[in-house]
Amino acid sequence: MPTTYSVFDIAGPIMVGPSSSHTAGAVKIGQLARAIYDSTPEKVVFQLHGSFGTVTKGHATDRALLAGIMKFKTSDPRIKDAFKEAKKRHIEYEFQVVDLGPKFHPNTVRVILQKGDKTMSITGSSIGGGNVMICQVNNFDVDIRAMAGKYKSIIVSHESSNRSLEELTAYLIKKGHHIANVQTSKINSHAMSIVNIVKKHLTLNEVLALEQIPGIEFVRSLTKLAH
Amino acid sequence: MSYMFKNADQLLKLCKKLKKPLSEIVIRYEMEVADSSRKEVMDKMRKVVAVMKEAINGGIYEPKKSLSGMSGGGAGKLMKYFQKKKGRTYLNELAIRAMTYAIATGETNACMGRIAAFPTAGGSGVIPGVIMAIKEIDKLSEDKVLRGLFTAAGIGIIIAENATLSAAAAGCQAEVGAANACAAAAAVEMRGGKPEQAMTAAAMAMKSALGLACDPLGGLVEVPCIKRNALGTQHALGAADLALSGIVSYIPFDEVVEAMWNIGKLMSPKIRETALGGLAVTPTGMRIRAKLGLPALKKSHLLE
Repeated sequence: MPTTYSVFDIAGPIMVGPSSSHTAGAVKIGQLARAIYDSTPEKVVFQLHGSFGTVTKGHATDRALLAGIMKFKTSDPRIKDAFKEAKKRHIEYEFQVVDLGPKFHPNTVRVILQKGDKTMSITGSSIGGGNVMICQVNNFDVDIRAMAGKYKSIIVSHESSNRSLEELTAYLIKKGHHIANVQTSKINSHAMSIVNIVKKHLTLNEVLALEQIPGIEFVRSLTKLAH
Repeated sequence: MSYMFKNADQLLKLCKKLKKPLSEIVIRYEMEVADSSRKEVMDKMRKVVAVMKEAINGGIYEPKKSLSGMSGGGAGKLMKYFQKKKGRTYLNELAIRAMTYAIATGETNACMGRIAAFPTAGGSGVIPGVIMAIKEIDKLSEDKVLRGLFTAAGIGIIIAENATLSAAAAGCQAEVGAANACAAAAAVEMRGGKPEQAMTAAAMAMKSALGLACDPLGGLVEVPCIKRNALGTQHALGAADLALSGIVSYIPFDEVVEAMWNIGKLMSPKIRETALGGLAVTPTGMRIRAKLGLPALKKSHLLE
């Protein structure tokens, strides 16, 4: 997986305090969860694990996570008022302190987003200095790092036979994308794959075309996160 | 050619091969990683400088008390003390300014103000403190400041690659300790030292912070973080002087980073940002816990 650090992963992010892991990192996990869910939820449940659960209030981790769900940047002064902003947008929210087990980094949160009958859970860890990784999507193990690195990640939910994924990669190559690597996590007949491509972003039309491939449930294209 | 590096050894080899300072290799590394022009990379760092200055000025000239009431107003106090003493402080003007700016940055951060988390928010005072103080006292150009910051970032990349910058994973040694190492290397380069000397300074600064617990009162980035950043600037400046004098670190920087990581793994989670050990559970720490509505801890908790 790409773990190449940019200078600005270290010299930044430019952020509203007080904590890079518990405030800025939390905003980024919220942004990523929102991007993967791909719409504004009606309700969000945040399950806080490890030190995310113990030192939430003083670091404004709760406000920061919610701010990320509303697509605020890490430097946005409105993070302070995230509860009020969520009310304005009619987003319900709830915080629970949980123990997800020793497999997870001490700064981890499982974000459960709901709207109508569409529910999705995204688990993310804040791994230091405002850098984060998404480690599960709907209980599938993944490894998506939101660093200003070389790759753009595409998340693909598909049936576990390789056919749909092969068709997807063939399409990407035909469209001139360079695939850096692919990682797949399978549970029963279903799978979640992360396809990392280099340089060019997917266009919306390309995403829509990929979702037409039989056996593919959804495709999400993640761009670099803004500070 | 590629300017990628993962550790100090590789970075120093690139410096030697090209006869360039650390900062130049780090700038070219970033141009390669982000596929950007030199101008784009430099402009991005200029924004970091602007935020640093804003945070310093805000902390000194518009002091606010933090929500918890534990911090605020320290930077202005130190500045006035220096002016009043007319040179009769123990530390020289550069050192006092470095501490002042470090405190100002920490105080801005504690009030949910805007800062550059370089390398993290908890350790964000040391690098601007040291680099801005050197800039003012040595009357350096903007270019020299940017170069200092790239050198500092290079050290941070090595630590992130081979250990961690997260206090939750390895304690304060990974945040303020890391910041001290970054600032020490920058201070050496800003005074014209060689890349090996900069790396030596980073090693010595990091060694002095090994084992440092992360034990903030109420889990807030205030006590002891802000003053630890202030005194961290002195580790950085001291390490830079030692290195510039020709003293060599017996243990190379890469090995010091390795040691920091293995110490981090030996640390109890209670002293890794959870506010369950160290200063956080002293009587004063307990009072702050109660004030913030955190659950009370029994004395026996520490022995578990």
